[in-house]
Amino acid sequence: MQAHYGYKDGSGDYFIIIDTDNCDGCGKCVKACPYEVLELVDNEFDIEGGSMATVTEQHRKKIKYSCAPCKPVSGERKLPCVLACETKAITHSW
Amino acid sequence: MITAGVDVGAKYVKIVILEDGKNVLARANGIVEFDVWKSANDVFEKALLNVGLKREQVGQVVATGMGRKIVHMKPPIDAKEIVPEVIADAKGTYYLIPTVKTVIDVGAEEGRGIKVSENGGVRDFVINERCAAGAGTFIETMARALEVGVENMGPLALKSMNAIPMNAQCCVFAESEVVSLIHSKVSKEDIAKAIHDAIAGRIASMVLRIGVEKDVALIGGVARNPGFLPPLKKELNTEILIPEYPECVGALGAALFASEMEGQK
Amino acid sequence: MSERSSEFWRWREYRHTQPNMDWNQAKIVTAGIDIGSVGSKAAIILDGQLYAYSVMRTGGVSEETAFKVMNWALEGTGLKTENLHQVVGTGYGRVNIPFANKTITEIACHARGAHYIYGPSVRTVLDIGGQDCKAIRCDNKGKVMSFLMNDKCAAGTGRGLEVFSDLIRIPIEEVGKVSLNVTEEPPPVSNTCVIFAKAESVALLRQGWPKEKVAAAYHLAMVDRIIDLLTKVGIEKDFVITGGVAKNIGIATRLETNLGIKPLEPELDPILAGAIGAALFANALYEKQLGLR
Repeated sequence: MQAHYGYKDGSGDYFIIIDTDNCDGCGKCVKACPYEVLELVDNEFDIEGGSMATVTEQHRKKIKYSCAPCKPVSGERKLPCVLACETKAITHSW
Repeated sequence: MITAGVDVGAKYVKIVILEDGKNVLARANGIVEFDVWKSANDVFEKALLNVGLKREQVGQVVATGMGRKIVHMKPPIDAKEIVPEVIADAKGTYYLIPTVKTVIDVGAEEGRGIKVSENGGVRDFVINERCAAGAGTFIETMARALEVGVENMGPLALKSMNAIPMNAQCCVFAESEVVSLIHSKVSKEDIAKAIHDAIAGRIASMVLRIGVEKDVALIGGVARNPGFLPPLKKELNTEILIPEYPECVGALGAALFASEMEGQK
Repeated sequence: MSERSSEFWRWREYRHTQPNMDWNQAKIVTAGIDIGSVGSKAAIILDGQLYAYSVMRTGGVSEETAFKVMNWALEGTGLKTENLHQVVGTGYGRVNIPFANKTITEIACHARGAHYIYGPSVRTVLDIGGQDCKAIRCDNKGKVMSFLMNDKCAAGTGRGLEVFSDLIRIPIEEVGKVSLNVTEEPPPVSNTCVIFAKAESVALLRQGWPKEKVAAAYHLAMVDRIIDLLTKVGIEKDFVITGGVAKNIGIATRLETNLGIKPLEPELDPILAGAIGAALFANALYEKQLGLR
């Protein structure tokens, strides 16, 4: 499942997309994020359960701002959450 | 040599008339009405009247602001050049504060962060546009929900020592949140502070994308609001300078460009 | 008066038991409870088939509402809570259902329920409520493949429409119909942000545009935005629209035209989708416990 967390507003699209089929619930992205945007939760999408990474409720409506420090306007900086994920389950829409 | 800078913003037209590229002869501003072109001309007329000048006595005019194209090559203002806001902002701020490295411009409909180069040019910039939650309109809309004049919002916020979080990140949803805060008997002072904290947080996060280097200057209409500065300073953890007439800095930058053009003739 | 009754209808509380079904004959009896921010729903299914359901307003205390809505669904059936093999809770108040064996997100339940209500051909579910917009793509079993929820920004939600109908002084129930009253579609309003789109609409009215034309421009912009969100999860046939804004014909018609797909018509009130989905998950959970799957 492609879980899109975030929003679209007048200024643009801001979604963190987590591929829950690839997410193994290791939690490395949670530790890597300097702004506590991600957390591990029980998979409540199916009866099978298990744990999966998600964007916290608190940050879902403001990730454009929460993630801003990791996205400098110039100069390249790999996103810590994306780098930490060995199964390549995390992408950003912007 | 007399030149002028015209900044046609979303809400106000600002005009600066400059002598010899250094002395400000006049500043004027006025609300942007339905007919933007006419509004700009009226403010220009007002500025000329202030110093007893006629249009013919003013040489080059440069325009900036989101409505700049409306006065481009169109008499009577007849701006021969137009420059983007960030360029005019950097130029104007650098002239007033030569040590400036970071400019934060918060206007009615846009918030901007600009990294200024050694000679007053733009090294980098970031803009928040087309979402009212990230600009001055947010405070104005919340003032209406609070039934407080927008000019009283800042002073009201300064009276509060409490930090109440606002959850809504959208102007429309924030209006409902403010109404429910009023109903739950939260004081207007606390709500006003929460509003300023919220917008300062968003502007600060945006500016962090270009990095904050001292000296930091705040310009634009929202710089006039005393309630905005304290939370912004706290968020960015730095001193912030506000020039006199912060809303006219973009127009000043444009007028300085006009002087350079005049000098090259 | 008509305004009032349609408002009343929208929030009508009701319950229903399917005739010709006997729970004593059923191998598995499960329930799903959906505690939403406005409405709460309960559904009871027998061996995977809908048996009874209830819809009521959410009260101040979620626990109490959960008991009430559950008991109302059970009313007259002779069933008791003890007879339910499994109960799954969903909706924003799902953590406050004391008798639920498990909680599942409303996204998954909504997809599973839509699959039941509209049939297995459903691939795309669009749910536009008062304060949010959800786009879900699911497979032929009702399993979520991709989803997106936007509750940050008022544009493209019922709230955005309320702001607009207030501006042009046309009741919310009629604004959609009014917007269709144009011979040719105007260009859409260029601003997404409701605050800026409102200012833009004022400017258009001042330019002399009739209300209908401004309404059309506003609705078109909303539709463009909704389609943009749908595209992110991937639009696939068949397509269904649920939620209050589905009742706005100005939005529904334009979505159909611009997507070129006709949405399916429901035979059951789609408001039940979450509760039915939860009850089906409860059924699957019990089957799993019995070792049947």
